[in-house]
Amino acid sequence: MTQQGVRWTADQVLALAPDTASRKAGSKLGAAGPWSEAGSSEEGTVWGLCRGSGSKPYRTVIDIADSTGPAYKCSCPSRKFPCKHALGLLLLWAGEDGAVPRGQAPDWADEWIEGRRKRADDKRAEGAAGSPSAGDPEAARRRSERRAEWITAGASELEQRLTDLLRGGLASAEQRGYGLWEETAARMVDAQAPGLAARVRELGAIPSSGPGWPVRLLEECALLHLLDQGWLRRAALPDGLAATVRSRIGLPGSAEGPPVRDRWLVLAQYDTADSRLTTRRIWLYGADSGRTALLLSYGAAGRAPELTLPVGLTLDAELSAYPGAGQLRVALGEQFAAPAPTEFRPPGVDVARAVAQYGEALRDDPWLESRPATLARVIPTPDGDDWQLADADGEFALPLTPAARSRSGLWRLVALSGGAPVTVFGECGHRGFSPLTAWPEGPGEAVTLC
Amino acid sequence: MTSTPAPSPTPAPAATEASAGSHWEELVTVALLGTTRRTPPGVTSRRDAPTALLDAAAVETVRRRAGMRPGRAAARIEPAAVDSRPALPPAAARRLTMLLADRPGAGSGGRRGTAPDLMELLPQWLATANRRGFAAPPQALPALLDAARGRTDIRPAVLAFAGPRALWLARLNADWRFALRAAPGGGAVLPGPEEPERVRALWEEGLFAERVALLAAVRARDAEAARDLLAGTWASERAEDRLMFLDSLRTGLRAADEPFLERALADRSRNVRATAAELLSALPGSALAGRMAERAGSCVAVDHTHGTPTIAVEAPHECDPGMERDGVVAKAPAGRGERSWWLGQLVEAAPLGTWSRRLGGRTPEEIVALPVADDWQDELHAAWCRAAVRQRDPSWSRALLGTPAAPEAGGPGAVSLAERAKLLGTLGAEERAEWVAGFIAVHGLSEAFQLLGVCAVPWAGPLGRAVVDALNIARDAGSYPWSFSGVMGLAERCLDPAEAVRLEALTAVPDESENAAPGAGGYWAESFQRLVTTLRLRAAIQNELTQP
Repeated sequence: MTQQGVRWTADQVLALAPDTASRKAGSKLGAAGPWSEAGSSEEGTVWGLCRGSGSKPYRTVIDIADSTGPAYKCSCPSRKFPCKHALGLLLLWAGEDGAVPRGQAPDWADEWIEGRRKRADDKRAEGAAGSPSAGDPEAARRRSERRAEWITAGASELEQRLTDLLRGGLASAEQRGYGLWEETAARMVDAQAPGLAARVRELGAIPSSGPGWPVRLLEECALLHLLDQGWLRRAALPDGLAATVRSRIGLPGSAEGPPVRDRWLVLAQYDTADSRLTTRRIWLYGADSGRTALLLSYGAAGRAPELTLPVGLTLDAELSAYPGAGQLRVALGEQFAAPAPTEFRPPGVDVARAVAQYGEALRDDPWLESRPATLARVIPTPDGDDWQLADADGEFALPLTPAARSRSGLWRLVALSGGAPVTVFGECGHRGFSPLTAWPEGPGEAVTLC
Repeated sequence: MTSTPAPSPTPAPAATEASAGSHWEELVTVALLGTTRRTPPGVTSRRDAPTALLDAAAVETVRRRAGMRPGRAAARIEPAAVDSRPALPPAAARRLTMLLADRPGAGSGGRRGTAPDLMELLPQWLATANRRGFAAPPQALPALLDAARGRTDIRPAVLAFAGPRALWLARLNADWRFALRAAPGGGAVLPGPEEPERVRALWEEGLFAERVALLAAVRARDAEAARDLLAGTWASERAEDRLMFLDSLRTGLRAADEPFLERALADRSRNVRATAAELLSALPGSALAGRMAERAGSCVAVDHTHGTPTIAVEAPHECDPGMERDGVVAKAPAGRGERSWWLGQLVEAAPLGTWSRRLGGRTPEEIVALPVADDWQDELHAAWCRAAVRQRDPSWSRALLGTPAAPEAGGPGAVSLAERAKLLGTLGAEERAEWVAGFIAVHGLSEAFQLLGVCAVPWAGPLGRAVVDALNIARDAGSYPWSFSGVMGLAERCLDPAEAVRLEALTAVPDESENAAPGAGGYWAESFQRLVTTLRLRAAIQNELTQP
């Protein structure tokens, strides 16, 4: 592969920025001016000296081949991660030919990389030797039994609240407002069932969510009831479904599935945030296995999660699945090479097939809101105030979700299409389709929409 | 079983069967009212009713979701017109993404630091891309349109670059309506010379903006045809419209326009008459110009009676109807003498070529050098300046500008900086740059901003060196760099990127000298670093856009 071939695009680099201010600051440093002695190595290390306001230039080094996404080190005092110098250096590396030549890393960069690689090796060796921190298996079993009891108590209490609600009628829920749900959610947190708590909290917002709220509230109450009942009768469920229930309740699972090595194409990456947590979702598609997988990464509120995989790259890596029927979540295992750009695109289906696939997926996981899907040859089409993705060669169409309609990505999608067919990856569910990435019909890079 | 459609779960793509729909509707009704008031279907025990309702609703919810079917496709939109321009080179496309990511308001304001101002480089980027005839990457169009929405100065360049697809998009998003207003006919292609019927039809039936654009387009390729088009409907146009249309004759103004303009001197509207007179006066061979030359000539003469030849001025005593018909405004603005007001207008409209004959065969330089009697010099020279700009006469402009090193050039002389900048505009790019370089070398940068603004970009070598030297002198004088932030900003955008090498030496923090303002050295180094970084960035941009 040529030097040009493995370089990232500016978009991919800018996706690493923890916030807009860093993105802006990094963009400005992405030119040759402040940099000296910049270079990159075959192994995926990029380094350089950046002149700042002080007398000594900052030493910036990035390891893009790391198995947990790019790693950064910079001698600047910034607590942003990555800092603007790391972003600027990557932009320089991505942008100008010859601005960051191949070369031998200086000692200060080498030292850091060596240290990192060694620590990673140690960790792997430790993992292979069996994790010593697991402690007493008997104590662990007792702990998990106690937690199950709490959850059972929580689920029973929640069932009681739901039946009370329906006895009195949903119309009264509108008057009672948010407080009731907040209190119930807090009870579920105490019961150590964060999955239930999150669902309960969402119930509270429905009565004020506009026309049609009774339908949505009944649906969500019914699905919550289904989850409660699934937990209370989990012993009678098939293993896969029982695992799905446990994960929906919010019990931690571990990625126990056998590692699957593939060339994983990064389809999309996006963050959602609440007051506590930033959740990053990264969708991957296995070029050989044809599997779609979801990587989750978390960051404290207001901070970007650490794992970043720019859209349009493939990574040669192993993934292990989390338990549960129909669950797509995986953990990233060993990475065998630095992520590299690719021409590969996921194969797509038509609108009817995508809808049918969501329906089929509900069999394994009735709580599923949406399912990843790649639509081939669809045209973004205005439909009154709404937008839909219409089959170019058929008569069917999927509406966009309300959230997708208000994102700026919608206009990038419309612009990319220009009224002609495009390939769109996104999440297809009962609220409609949420487009995340699109490709033009002809040659062209993936365009992120989220 | 009714045939009422199910209350769709949110804007769901679903169209579930009618019978299932009515079952679900019933469940929703019971849930709303509560099981104490209404018993769910198929339930006997009141005690278990809520659970039975939830069970049924759960089954129904999953069933409805699983049974969802896609909706009907809405009417297709007309695809965007094909943009046949070549795609941007990948590096240039990445650069554009970066420039557009640097939107004002993102990140912290305040001191500018050493980093370049990317948004300020967008106009140059666009100019180069347009010169090279590249097509915009479609996915960049929303960001381009948003940028143009906030900055009217870059709209024409953005819209030229964004091409037909941007107009197609603008019809779908109200935020970008400005693009349709800017583009005539909502982006419809103007008829070409091969379609005289369509030209005629659009001219006679089009909206005002469309007609202005059409007239400008026709004027640009066939001046006579445009004038004929206008003459055909002249009598029936509204006064404001006549003014705009007349103004479009400024492009490609020629002697053949004279009869039409001469007729417009009799127009009902005073503004139309004034514009017609102004246009005629810019045609040195026109009858109006001749009349003005005669009037002005009778007011100005060389007086040899006192040793040195001196210009004597006898301003007109009245503004007769003939003068008024030729566009002279009779009423002077408050605070100005009537006679000097009339004189200024006559001299301004008289062809400059007549003065040499009138004033003893002298060259413009010699005429400007003549002393003027009775404090008329300011009035007379200012009128000549306006005439030189209007008639785009380089030799008179040169004479009026004088040598840049002249001591009065820097101070408040007869010719203001604004007038100087206009005079410079009539000169060739090289001569302009040379004059401004000479000016800066003598007078420094404090008065140079306006003059630098009219110089061609990138600045010619001597001009660039003069600016850098002057900045260096300003730094050594110990002042803070923000006194020169206007010139610095211009230098970042206009200096030839090749100058970056020479500037490197200035980016180091110098030792603080005794008379320097505290810390100024560091700020200067920072400013020069930003200058160098910006120049390198501009070199990279040019390089990316000109790669084969």
